Amino acid sequence: MSARLDRAALTAMRDFERAALETFAPRVFCCSGTGCHATGSIPLIAALREESARQGGAVQVIETGCNGFCALGPVVIMQPGGVLYCKVRAQDAAEVIASAGGRPVERLLYRDPEGNAVAGMDSIPFFALQRPWILRNKGRIDPENIGHAIAHEAYQGLAKALFDMTPEGVVEEVRASGLRGRGGAGFPTGLKWKFAAASPGDVKYVLCNADEGDPGAFMDRSILESDPHAVLEGMLIAAVAIGSRHGYIYCRSEYPLAIHRLTVAIAQARELGLLGENILGSGFSFDLEIYQGAGAFVCGEETALMRSIEGRRGMPVPRPPFPAQQGLWGKPTVLNNVETLAGVGAIIRLGAACHAGVGTEGSTGTKVFALSGDVNNIGLVEVDMGTPLSVLVNDIGGGVPGKRKCKAVQLGGPSGGSIPAHLLDTPVDYEAITKAGAIMGSGGVIVMNDRTCMVDMARFFMDFIQDESCGKCTPCREGTRRQLEILTRICEGKGEPCDLRALEDLAAVITDASLCGLGQTASNPILSALRHFRDEFEAHIAEKRCPAKRCVALLKFEVDESRCRKCGLCFKACPAGAVIWAKKQTARIDREKCVQCLACFQACPFDCID
Amino acid sequence: MNALTPEQLALADAVVAEHRGTPGSLITVLRLCQDIAGHFPPELIERIARGMNLPVAKVYGVVSFYSLFSLEPKGRHQVRVCTGTACYVRGVREVLDRVERRFGVKAGGTCGSGRFSLEPVRCLGACGLAPVMVVDRDVHGGVTPDSACKILEGYE
Ligand SMILES: Cc1cc2nc3c(=O)[nH]c(=O)nc-3n(C[C@H](O)[C@H](O)[C@H](O)COP(=O)(O)O)c2cc1C
Ligand code: SF4
Ligand code: SF4
Ligand code: SF4
Ligand code: FES
Ligand code: FES
Repeated sequence: MSARLDRAALTAMRDFERAALETFAPRVFCCSGTGCHATGSIPLIAALREESARQGGAVQVIETGCNGFCALGPVVIMQPGGVLYCKVRAQDAAEVIASAGGRPVERLLYRDPEGNAVAGMDSIPFFALQRPWILRNKGRIDPENIGHAIAHEAYQGLAKALFDMTPEGVVEEVRASGLRGRGGAGFPTGLKWKFAAASPGDVKYVLCNADEGDPGAFMDRSILESDPHAVLEGMLIAAVAIGSRHGYIYCRSEYPLAIHRLTVAIAQARELGLLGENILGSGFSFDLEIYQGAGAFVCGEETALMRSIEGRRGMPVPRPPFPAQQGLWGKPTVLNNVETLAGVGAIIRLGAACHAGVGTEGSTGTKVFALSGDVNNIGLVEVDMGTPLSVLVNDIGGGVPGKRKCKAVQLGGPSGGSIPAHLLDTPVDYEAITKAGAIMGSGGVIVMNDRTCMVDMARFFMDFIQDESCGKCTPCREGTRRQLEILTRICEGKGEPCDLRALEDLAAVITDASLCGLGQTASNPILSALRHFRDEFEAHIAEKRCPAKRCVALLKFEVDESRCRKCGLCFKACPAGAVIWAKKQTARIDREKCVQCLACFQACPFDCID
Repeated sequence: MNALTPEQLALADAVVAEHRGTPGSLITVLRLCQDIAGHFPPELIERIARGMNLPVAKVYGVVSFYSLFSLEPKGRHQVRVCTGTACYVRGVREVLDRVERRFGVKAGGTCGSGRFSLEPVRCLGACGLAPVMVVDRDVHGGVTPDSACKILEGYE
């Protein structure tokens, strides 16, 4: 059908598509991301379409990617008006369609903690306190419709880079924006491109790291699912900057929907002449393909990722030579994270100052965080760099649920650390977070309440690292195993006073003597826990006590009768029938029947089980 | 025992033939072949190695490196339970414990009847719904020890 676009035709298409989207016909945007699929958005969308046809067909139903509020999915946004519905079910379809342009359906609205219904998205703190830059199209476009993306300025940055700028100018613009890599290390993107551009050679590669191995992180998945063209445009601009003709997106196979949407986006971009030969008639050519990972955390490391694309075991190799000189198949290569690339188009289109003017001096722009764990509003949020963590956790996140308190916030995954609650005024800024003992990492923010045992969490991360170490270097392979053994012993009540010293000594060696970032940062969760929560380690070792009541071997499974309020919640929670309780009587636990599942510990509102 | 059918072998051969010439395509070939055969019995590995003109040891090396690939046959249903940080903080340990006990299956193994393979995985990227369990292709969020068992009862 469609012809290949040149620059004028791209702009004409943008204006046409935008006019079509801006007519005041009512539209229903229904989330169709992985999260909402799990809560039932597929049958919901079918029902909405059916209802719309039945009620005359005036209401258009548009499928979108993740809008960030996954925990309250399926999420529906009504336009015009911006009314947000949460937890919508297929049976609600008739009412939702009928409400288009009229009175909202009261019972589907978001309710604030006081129980008041809030209709407009912009009046909900979760949304109002964000600044969507990377996520500016979330919940607004159909990711499988390139026309929607173009209506929202997709590929305008590419056109500018191709026709109004030199490759050096593109590199300079990205450098001036202050953009730093969002994949973890925060390396300046413009500088990385400059090195690759300076490397001689007529074959160069642009790679997109969509491996997203950090547990607790789902920013990249959401970006790919909701706005794949932003990532393609970023890769194209990188290709212009360094003079590359070919690229790969390395995406984990656990993300089937992201892979599907990327596949569709690539096909549509090719058809319009935005990928392939002679892009927009400029003479520049670039094409790319998706490479599916096969499940190994270490493959997110840049040299390992390149070995993996070459079809080998994903083992890191020493640097130098750096990928900018010798990367994939020995050729100069640039590797960037999904979120990094998704921000590039707008930087070129709007100019470096737009990005440089937001955030802090050393950390410009915005950052997308995946907020999860023990927090009321779980989801994807984007804030200015420099925003205090407390705004993220308490204002946007709505604080910790139940009567529990926030104990710490984990950032940076297995390479990161935990920031204790009393330091929550730390701003999200690469340097400030590092100073507080964690790292910015890729953006997973996991809130932990006072029922989280920090020794157990350190053990958890070591278990992860043990699983995922590629085993090439001895300090990483063996050292982390020793650390895991020590932490396991401490959790089992067999810790000894010399253990903490041993953990620290091992950490020093592993950090220094490992080849890749995985080993070099593997001890961070332990070191950060020892720094901020040393007393908890000491309680486990000296008093054989787990203050958070999480380490099973250290618990007595006894009800403190003097404190028991006889409420029976433990009785209701116990799956094994091990709690003995009757109305107005204190509870008791039958140790014979108890399977030590801790359900009663979690259920008791008065903390009286020891 | 677990011998592959002639159809499966023909499909695998076709995959190999299609990708033989593309550098770096071994992992793609393995992924597609696992979709066909379910796992990698020795005869399949040898066939792929021969077809791709690679040493058998290299193919074994790649298969054993990546967690997606399995040398053992899988159960009728793949149960993947997320053991990522967000799910761990929200109590996935208890979910996993209960499922193991209820269905007599160890994490990483398959139950005797071949009904379920239970596979702990590191973050499915649906942390907003933690704890998360995926049965075949269905994502179930916010599972508890009770609801997880109930969900699994629904798969024969
Ligand atoms: C063990 C390990 C795992 C990594 N995993 C990822 C990942 O999943 N996604 C990612 O973008 N970067 C990951 N990185 C960082 C990348 O190696 C690389 O620095 C990054 O993709 C560069 O892109 P950026 O400059 O845009 O951040 C990982 C690094 C290490 C050491
Ligand atoms: S540090 Fe660990 S993961 Fe990295 S190369 Fe060495 S053994 Fe492999
Ligand atoms: S730990 Fe579990 S089984 Fe034991 S008494 Fe408590 S709820 Fe019941
Ligand atoms: S939940 Fe706590 S307070 Fe209530 S009966 Fe059980 S032990 Fe007593
Ligand atoms: S998947 Fe629907 S809001 Fe995230
Ligand atoms: S931690 Fe379980 S889905 Fe991310």
